[in-house]
Amino acid sequence: MLVAESVTRKYGARAVVHDVSLRLNAGDCLALFGPNGAGKTTLLRMLGGLLKPTRGRVTLQGRQLPGEAATRRLLGVISHKSMLYDALTVRENVRFAAECQGMRSAAAATDAILEQLLIRDRADTVVRALSRGLQQRVSVARALVHGPRLVLLDEPYTGLDESGARALTEALRSLKASGATVVLITHNLSEGLALATESAIMCNGQFVHQQSRPAADYNVTEYASRYRELVAGGE
Amino acid sequence: MSSAFREPSLIADAIRIARKDLLIEFRTRSGFLSATVFALLSLAIFRFSWDPTAVKSVDLAPGVLWVIFTFAGLLGLNRSFNLEQVDRAMDALLASPVSREAVFAGKALGNLVFVVAVQLLALPTLALFFGLPLGPEWWGVLAVAVLAAVGFVAVGTLFAAVASNTRMAELLLPMLALPFFVPVLIPAAQATSSLLAGRPIHEVLPELKILGAFDIVFVAACTLAFPFTLEE
Repeated sequence: MLVAESVTRKYGARAVVHDVSLRLNAGDCLALFGPNGAGKTTLLRMLGGLLKPTRGRVTLQGRQLPGEAATRRLLGVISHKSMLYDALTVRENVRFAAECQGMRSAAAATDAILEQLLIRDRADTVVRALSRGLQQRVSVARALVHGPRLVLLDEPYTGLDESGARALTEALRSLKASGATVVLITHNLSEGLALATESAIMCNGQFVHQQSRPAADYNVTEYASRYRELVAGGE
Repeated sequence: MSSAFREPSLIADAIRIARKDLLIEFRTRSGFLSATVFALLSLAIFRFSWDPTAVKSVDLAPGVLWVIFTFAGLLGLNRSFNLEQVDRAMDALLASPVSREAVFAGKALGNLVFVVAVQLLALPTLALFFGLPLGPEWWGVLAVAVLAAVGFVAVGTLFAAVASNTRMAELLLPMLALPFFVPVLIPAAQATSSLLAGRPIHEVLPELKILGAFDIVFVAACTLAFPFTLEE
């Protein structure tokens, strides 16, 4: 479903992402780890069609990104920036996103996702009046309101409290179960591996480790020591 | 799944984006307030530095008007992409099915409403400060102002998008955009001057045609160029 072939992104002479390939099917979740500056966010932006690769290509369901409207409708993007308008209310932000996706029942879908993420009681609050954690929940609602088939998440747990993190994990689990593909960047190994069917460690713009196994089979302690070994070697 | 979604429409998406921008402006009033204060203060300064025995009001007023429209408009243009950059809301727009052209059209439409609102406030104030008689020629001046605003906003929105990706957006926007405003500002100022001097509207038809032609060229060229301003 999501295929990246020898993707490279250069800024000047420096390759921020170098020759990365991956293939993810429906229902897969790739947890992507790595130190700051490893190239994870740049790779994620290329996977979402927000950044053109210098070399290589990314396809979603066989169509190159950013591609046509129908292809972009399959996407949901969440980053550590909220991507919200802070002068609009929670409901206005999520509804605007739903309408931009072309949803016929934008109002009903907005209420449903706010309910699912436990923020319906704040629907008429202006975003700037919310805490960082609640803003992040709204950001998740904005990205998931249209039921995307590929969800790209860049450190989505930043600022979330326990109930918010749990609600997000549940939302991602049900997305995966419905056949959506998830790419998750996080610094928290246990959060990432709890959902992952695939995992990768990125360092200096390249994958230095890739593994494929069911989420329940990951041993976080073992993985953490492997991570430290590889990242210390790459830095 | 597809029946739950509409096909994207450039006009509907543009109106949605413009409505969102104007709602944010209505709530914050940051751009409109600063542009209005700038326009009123500038008019007051020009008024008190004007010697009515040396220069007639109809000779001075058109120049004053277009200087004020230009710089007050720039304040609004700067704001339009800043609000997309603060929390990277632009990324969410670009990842959605909304076309790049619709984003441009929506931003330009929002800016047009903003600029015309400032013009509607500045025109009667100019008449009041410079003792200009209120007659039917003002409808002609308003038409010239709106026609010029279309080209102004098209160029300004494009360069606001370019400047918003830099650290010096507020400095860069006037430097980039002002030279491109010239083809719009010259015929607009000439037409305003003729109309305020009491000339009939048919005498300014050549200027109106030039303005219309530049509007068409600028709107088309800027719409086509806009997607390239989004590339990193």
